[in-house]
Amino acid sequence: MQIRHKIAGGDFTRAGNVASAVKKVLQQINIDHKQSKRIVIALYEGEVNVVAHAYSGVVDIDIDSEKIKITIADKGPGISDIEKAMQEGYSTATPQVREMGFGAGMGLSNMKRNSDFMNITSIPGEGTTVELINFIKPDAN
Amino acid sequence: MRITDIIKELDLKVISGNSSITNEVTGGYVSDLLSDVIGNAREGNIWITVQTHQNVVAVASLKDLAAVIIVKGLQPDSDTIEKSNIENIPVLSTETDTFNIAGRLYELLNKK
Ligand SMILES: Nc1ncnc2c1ncn2[C@@H]1O[C@H](COP(=O)(O)OP(=O)(O)OP(=O)(O)O)[C@@H](O)[C@H]1O
Ligand SMILES: [Mg+2]
Repeated sequence: MQIRHKIAGGDFTRAGNVASAVKKVLQQINIDHKQSKRIVIALYEGEVNVVAHAYSGVVDIDIDSEKIKITIADKGPGISDIEKAMQEGYSTATPQVREMGFGAGMGLSNMKRNSDFMNITSIPGEGTTVELINFIKPDAN
Repeated sequence: MRITDIIKELDLKVISGNSSITNEVTGGYVSDLLSDVIGNAREGNIWITVQTHQNVVAVASLKDLAAVIIVKGLQPDSDTIEKSNIENIPVLSTETDTFNIAGRLYELLNKK
């Protein structure tokens, strides 16, 4: 099963819509609750990062019998030092974004913790791609 | 303890998400940083915050939190109310501040 969604940068009124749409799909197809909850949390953080830090993004969700794979690709400023960005507390969020309660610098580590595999590639000045994979346990359901 | 008992004891106003107010509460979490709540709040917690926008409900729903208490009489945005009714997340309100409501909630949940 493949699903594609778009994310608009800067639009906090719709941030989280992709994550909640995907959550509903995973519930409908009876994916193990714990794994789907983790991947949806990781997706939410990734979605909010596109809204907060990039200009636009595309999310591809690919579900097969073994895994849920999510790719979030954005057009944006990119991340020049990924290792630094991964550190808890590091954030370049603007004051307006911080006022809404974003910018703790914890999103990427939440994504790491809630996925079985995570890979970030980025070209500064062009954009960032985050890949997330959670494996579906065969004994679930 | 159920959310309804907490509403009564702490004199909270129910703004929206009424359908789930009989749910059981496992504890509380206090934060105005959304990613902190995502990383550290636990299923069934009541979340106390000053934030009023719709992402509060999104986070509460992702984390299976019991309810949100918005402090200092702050009004949630209209899309926050709308989303809380869809996601079945009770949004509660108090006139008092975070320190006082968290203290009273702590006392209530830890009373023998
Ligand atoms: N998609 C992205 N495009 C550009 N920069 C990004 C992107 N995602 C993350 N970053 C950079 O990495 C930093 C850390 O991201 P992280 O999600 O951990 O924290 P945050 O978004 O700043 O705050 P929080 O997620 O806690 O609300 C960001 O402040 C930003 O500089
Ligand atoms: Mg983030």
